[in-house]
Amino acid sequence: MAPVVQVPAVTTERDLRLDLFRGIALWLIFLDHVPNNILAWFTIRNYGFSDATEIFIFISGYTAAFVYGRAMIDRGFIIAGARILKRTWQIYVAHVFLFSIYIAEIAYVASSFENPLYAEEMNALDFLKNPDVTILQALLLKFKPANMDVLPLYIVLLVMFPAVLWLLIRNASVALAASVALYVATWEFGWNIASYPTGHWFFNPFAWQLLFVFGAWCALGGAARLAPALRSPITMWLAIAYLLFAFGVTLTWYFPRLAFLMPRWLGEWMYPIDKTNLDVLRFAHFLALAALTVRFVPRDWPVLRSPWLRPAVLCGQHSLEIFCLGVFLAFAAHFVMVEFFGGTAMQVLISMVGIAIMVGTALMFSWYKRIEGRRSGTPKRPSDADLAGGEA
Amino acid sequence: MKKWTALGRAVATCAIVLCSAAARGEPADVCAVPGYLLFGDSLLERVSAAVAKDNTLRIVALGGTSSTLPGPDGANFAYPARLEAALGRRLPGIKVTVAVHTMPRKTAEEMAESIDKLLLDQKPNLVVWQTGTYDAVRGTDPEEFRASVSDGVERLQTGGADVVLVNMQYSPRTESIVAVGAYADSIRWVARGREVPVFDRLAIMRHWYDAGQFDLYKATKDMKTAKSVHDCLGRELGSQIIDAARLESREGTAPRQ
Repeated sequence: MAPVVQVPAVTTERDLRLDLFRGIALWLIFLDHVPNNILAWFTIRNYGFSDATEIFIFISGYTAAFVYGRAMIDRGFIIAGARILKRTWQIYVAHVFLFSIYIAEIAYVASSFENPLYAEEMNALDFLKNPDVTILQALLLKFKPANMDVLPLYIVLLVMFPAVLWLLIRNASVALAASVALYVATWEFGWNIASYPTGHWFFNPFAWQLLFVFGAWCALGGAARLAPALRSPITMWLAIAYLLFAFGVTLTWYFPRLAFLMPRWLGEWMYPIDKTNLDVLRFAHFLALAALTVRFVPRDWPVLRSPWLRPAVLCGQHSLEIFCLGVFLAFAAHFVMVEFFGGTAMQVLISMVGIAIMVGTALMFSWYKRIEGRRSGTPKRPSDADLAGGEA
Repeated sequence: MKKWTALGRAVATCAIVLCSAAARGEPADVCAVPGYLLFGDSLLERVSAAVAKDNTLRIVALGGTSSTLPGPDGANFAYPARLEAALGRRLPGIKVTVAVHTMPRKTAEEMAESIDKLLLDQKPNLVVWQTGTYDAVRGTDPEEFRASVSDGVERLQTGGADVVLVNMQYSPRTESIVAVGAYADSIRWVARGREVPVFDRLAIMRHWYDAGQFDLYKATKDMKTAKSVHDCLGRELGSQIIDAARLESREGTAPRQ
């Protein structure tokens, strides 16, 4: 049963825009995760509805389809599926590693911090009293501390991905329609995965899969299909208008005195803008950003190869490692600010140092990979893995 | 030794008095809060009506552990008591009472359920409702949290009370452990939808911290900072209530633009 391959030429040359924007998204996620960081004001979440998470998940879906889609066409469902699950396992291990760092930080805070002002906040440390339950729940991905929600989402998305990819290759439109249907049903019936000790997943995988599958769909020819629409000036002006609107709305959140500018009916219709279930307004905001980006940053733009953008591109090419490093660095930055000094100068310094460490590490991974490739002397490695830097 | 300290204090006090007299009109107010952190444009009409009608103002402070301070007399230094003192000072001739209803380790949902009884028992004109911290600690669904707060506010309004919502404290030490952002957003959205003011404790305390007013990072058993913070919270909350109810008051804090 040879697959009916009408997969429109998965272009073989790596799209550097993906690496660039994923790298930038990783930096922004890091800046957002450093508590009380003045530089977090530069991140896009303060200027509209969506934030770096959307970029990260979309591009991850795109690259996953790019890498494993080719593998599935060339070598079949089993091989590609096994490779996807291997990747999932790596991400799970990374998540558990981050969790252990988190536990270390909490235990430290619990033993060193006392302040009558914060008795209520200290309840957060209660789970240290019964590690038997907590650690088990963490391994089951049910207990997810602050800022550690993205990897579990990614894990679930990848577990579903072999089946999704199979369908995408056979009939991309049906796959996308199924994804939209799941999204709608999730909103309709309130599906989500339970968390420990209470509540649900902060990033609902049944809703966020829409962005991931949409990314994959774009990689497998959807982008080419959308190209005429993206070139139209109407799309451009719609996108600009929507981004300005979102910016205006966001302003009223930070300056309550401006709230009168916001008509009541509009607020009633619009709020709450739900991050857990990937609100349509957030999705649309991401689409608008993406449409303008694709229009103004052409694929063959020479600047993409300039040394100035190289650091971000490098980080984007090693996204799993750099993402985990970013979460760790955010913990470490918080620690430094608690122990020494948390003023503005320190926040700027720590953010800069953090990004420098991320870039340095990405550079090291690239170098390591290059020498590994040379030494092993197996030029017959699947080209796609190299192309995507083994990253999906 | 003690005598010298006392003398030093007296000199310092004089110096402060002289300085503030010199900089008349702009006394240094440690509790000062920039204009954009204030209530916004929601009015407290039931409060205005109660004060106009019989010169009384019955307030209930409903909240969790962060609405009080530990220790046998902690409650006397916590912001509800400080609010009562501040309003008493600034609204002479009006009988202001602030009853405290602390519910430790209760989520917004559990608090909302207690509201009917609270209305019946206390008949408040205004309820200052602090919530969100324990929900953030527990990881309640932000959406469920929003629904509970909205339900609570509705019950209060139907019961004839004005509402001021108070959000989380700014707590730099636990920032990477307890993620409060989603809950602060929920409170803001409920406030917008039901047209009640929010006392943005999170942003206000953060402002004080950034401005160097209070060291909120410090690990200490000492109550000094905690007491000053609560005093400022009470005073600031009082000013904002006076503004939002359009009450005639004596100036108690620095004039704000």
